[in-house]
Amino acid sequence: MAGLELLSDQGYRLDGRKATELRKVQARMGVFAQADGSAYIEQGNTKALAVVYGPHEMRGSRNRTLHDRAVINCQYSMATFSTAERKRRPHGDRKSTEMSLHLKQTFEAAVMTQLYPRSQIDIYVKVLQADGGNYSVCVNAATLAIIDAGIPMRDYVCACTVGFVDETPLADLCFAEESGSSLALALLPRGGQIALLQMDAQLHQDHLEALMDAAMTACKGVSKVLDEVVRRHLQEVSVLTGE
Amino acid sequence: MAMAVDMRLPTFRSDSRSVSLFDRKGSKDLVVPGDVITTDTGFMRGHGTYLDDDNLTASVAGEVERVDKLICVKPLKTRFNGEVGDVVVGRITEVQQKRWKVETNSRLDSVLLLSSVNLPGGELRRRCAEDELTMRSYLQEGDLISAEVQSVYADGALLLHTRSLKYGKLGQGVLVQISPSLIKRQKTHFHHLPCGASIILGNNGFVWLYPTPGQQDEEAGGFFTSLEPISLSDREVISRLRNCLLALSAHKVLLYDTSVLYCYEVSLSQQVKDILKPEVMEEIVMMTQQKLVEHEG
Repeated sequence: MAGLELLSDQGYRLDGRKATELRKVQARMGVFAQADGSAYIEQGNTKALAVVYGPHEMRGSRNRTLHDRAVINCQYSMATFSTAERKRRPHGDRKSTEMSLHLKQTFEAAVMTQLYPRSQIDIYVKVLQADGGNYSVCVNAATLAIIDAGIPMRDYVCACTVGFVDETPLADLCFAEESGSSLALALLPRGGQIALLQMDAQLHQDHLEALMDAAMTACKGVSKVLDEVVRRHLQEVSVLTGE
Repeated sequence: MAMAVDMRLPTFRSDSRSVSLFDRKGSKDLVVPGDVITTDTGFMRGHGTYLDDDNLTASVAGEVERVDKLICVKPLKTRFNGEVGDVVVGRITEVQQKRWKVETNSRLDSVLLLSSVNLPGGELRRRCAEDELTMRSYLQEGDLISAEVQSVYADGALLLHTRSLKYGKLGQGVLVQISPSLIKRQKTHFHHLPCGASIILGNNGFVWLYPTPGQQDEEAGGFFTSLEPISLSDREVISRLRNCLLALSAHKVLLYDTSVLYCYEVSLSQQVKDILKPEVMEEIVMMTQQKLVEHEG
């Protein structure tokens, strides 16, 4: 690492967290009235909005219709003001398209699409402020939005990004820490099934297991927080509707 | 010209007050996706659940409903799940051969067959090839209709019919879209309110407000729509009802003729445009709920 010390001798990271500590998560469900489901999440300084429409009739390209299950359509975009340097295109560039595909794969593993043949489910996520772990935060936001829309899922999908610095796995990376080797994991926490696992950097095989363990623990930590958000929301709304 | 502009700063929505006020019933059985409801294999699996190694598990967030041996989870908010006999309000999206496609807030577009509508000229008319060619003159894309669910296909699509004079094309009025779970199931969903307007509370969450019609023309078969200008007073009543509906749905109050009417009466002290202000909304809804409790409980 050139200059920047990601992990101090005392075991603290740049923002004062311990190695396994997550950032503060704040989330809200049902932020839009027009959409079927919506959610807003803040994970440290990374902020994202997710909106879900559907299941509804196939619109646009009819030939993508699947006769045994629903099609999941994802769009990932980043607000032009989300990064330190202003972005030109909010979506449609290579990176966003790849991210959209990853999100689609992730949710095809968790949403029970076979219940809605010939339908389409749209998931739109937008990063309002990017400070590392964009994929993970978007997955978490989309999970909340899908639950808000009442679409059946096998389990929550919780995602977290972990890195490896000085022989130590770091959980929930922020932007400065993401430059090194980082691994993104989307997990269905109760069964421990992996919805998506992605790592672009090089890592020695011996370290992989430790890194995976750290990622699993971090995802389970995230799932606890999301669970709390969902239950609180459920309580609030059901009290209002109850006679 | 000076204009009065209403501006407000963003505030944190606090539901805590209403929560404490209406926290009178016991805690319901609330579950989230992945929660195991029961490990007992003697139960039947209903909507909103799935079997995970013999464990009956919830797949949506909501309230558990048990009917005998059947366990369902009812989500707080979903798209419309139609049942036979439901009254729906929908919008024509497509004209195909012998059928119309209708958007009804359902998971798939509903189908209205040419053979299940009343064509002008009486009940017993045969449908010929010519009718197929003039389908667009009866209903075209974008038209709103009221209809009843005749049957449900295996994939969840709804088959509609308008074989009654009360169903058919909708003319002048206002459409309000709200969550289907807020519509109370009742014997009748067509109401002529004493305040001077009529309302169709579609089970699919589409609510149609229109001026109470004079006398019905039986020959038109439900495709005739009046284009007579509506008087200002009628339009005011309809706008007020619309804002009342939005206020009630924002506070998740069940909608039926009485609740809408009470809300309308309570709102009379306010100007129509003020009803949508959050604090006025809250006040009106509180008074409506009070009135409902007084008159029913």
